[in-house]
Amino acid sequence: MSEGQVGAEQRLVTPGMVIGPSSGKRAGSGTITENNEFIATRVGWLNEQNNVVSVSPINSAYMPRSGDLIIGFVAEVRNNLWFFDVNGPFQALLPMSLAPWKVEFGSTRQHLGIGDAALARIQEVDETHNMVLTMKGVGLRRINEGAVLSIPVNLIDTLRGENNAMVSRIRDATDCRIIVADNGRVWVHGDADNMKVARELIQTLNQEGHKNTFESAVEALENERGEH
Amino acid sequence: MGGYGDVKLLREDGKRLDGRAIDEMRPVTIEAGVLPAAHGSAMVTHGLNVAVAAVYGPMEAHPRKIQRQDRAVIDVRYNMAPFSTGDRIRPGFNRRSREISKVTAEALESVVLVERYPRSKIRVEIEILAAEAGTRCAGITAASVALADAGIPMRDMIVGVASGKIEDTVVLDLDKAEDNYGQADLPVGILPNTGEIAFLQMDGDLSIDEYNLAMEYNFKAAKEIHEEMVDALKRRYEGGEA
Repeated sequence: MSEGQVGAEQRLVTPGMVIGPSSGKRAGSGTITENNEFIATRVGWLNEQNNVVSVSPINSAYMPRSGDLIIGFVAEVRNNLWFFDVNGPFQALLPMSLAPWKVEFGSTRQHLGIGDAALARIQEVDETHNMVLTMKGVGLRRINEGAVLSIPVNLIDTLRGENNAMVSRIRDATDCRIIVADNGRVWVHGDADNMKVARELIQTLNQEGHKNTFESAVEALENERGEH
Repeated sequence: MGGYGDVKLLREDGKRLDGRAIDEMRPVTIEAGVLPAAHGSAMVTHGLNVAVAAVYGPMEAHPRKIQRQDRAVIDVRYNMAPFSTGDRIRPGFNRRSREISKVTAEALESVVLVERYPRSKIRVEIEILAAEAGTRCAGITAASVALADAGIPMRDMIVGVASGKIEDTVVLDLDKAEDNYGQADLPVGILPNTGEIAFLQMDGDLSIDEYNLAMEYNFKAAKEIHEEMVDALKRRYEGGEA
């Protein structure tokens, strides 16, 4: 089934669909090459840039990469390390040496207990998904206030907008502090009414999942708030 | 199979009891994303069969002994609801559901790019809500769409279809009477783009010619079902933009 060709129009592909001949191009993410043809491996929109053909998936699980900013919840505590749930297939490990505090052996629970949320960065991931986190870095800290929301990983870019433009607009419109982490979690903090507005906005994105609807929701909010 | 020679399954006008032609499939409808809590899901109705599949993962494989260092394992659970047939089915695993879970898992492992997710598990739950012969095929079709919906990378989707033999005639897509009183049943899992076969079972006897004809019917039907599968996935995201 080789419908259409790689063109200006955005094309939705499904797993197994033949995208086109692979001559002179390289297979990017979401595609494989078989018998000199590109085959999509995911449901998503087809992209072609710099001779690389890729599929940006519509729905995907979070796959950790080193350097990602994440919001994790403590799932397990040992005497010298924490295990975090980072919304990925495996738990991530935070050794006490990479925590931002001076931690004595056995006193890990005094800093972060089970269920606590923290903003961290992924230090490294190996090929078997073992992950090490770090909390040493600017802005990395334990989250003590506000709310952590979830959004599908594929909608992160939509929420952030180009150069974080969209999230800045939401920050301004709702008067909330917002951090969009790479693992599909969003931290929102502000006064109760504003947080409610921000949460509803993100809920719109979750439900609709479309850029246009979300943009108009943000615009509507800006207009409404501007009038007050 | 066999031994029921006195049951009439073909009408005098050459059609089947439900009025279908011998190479006519029961109507198939597919919907993706029916379960909001699952990472991916799909519902397939195939004739009177209703199959719902839910996909969770990839996640850490537990118990640890099932982990594979170089790839993901696919954990399939096929289950028929107690109310899916006229005779109530005792809830829980039985010999048949274990077998179907196993063959489905092996079929799916051949298309999912399992080497991308070492040490993890992908959980596929197939629940048959209503059964009228051909549930394993409906289940596989639903599982494929659910996996695609969950964003799990796959080489191709698998289409489950079956042909069989009644009254010495090869027919496509057996219904309940034909399955119970017919002579053979040939369910297969077809990769529609490459024409590969991911699983094949045969119940009863077919000659080589009959087998070839049955497979011809299966491939024809697989193409139709595949179009419906692609359509279901596209419908879910209509109007969306990257």
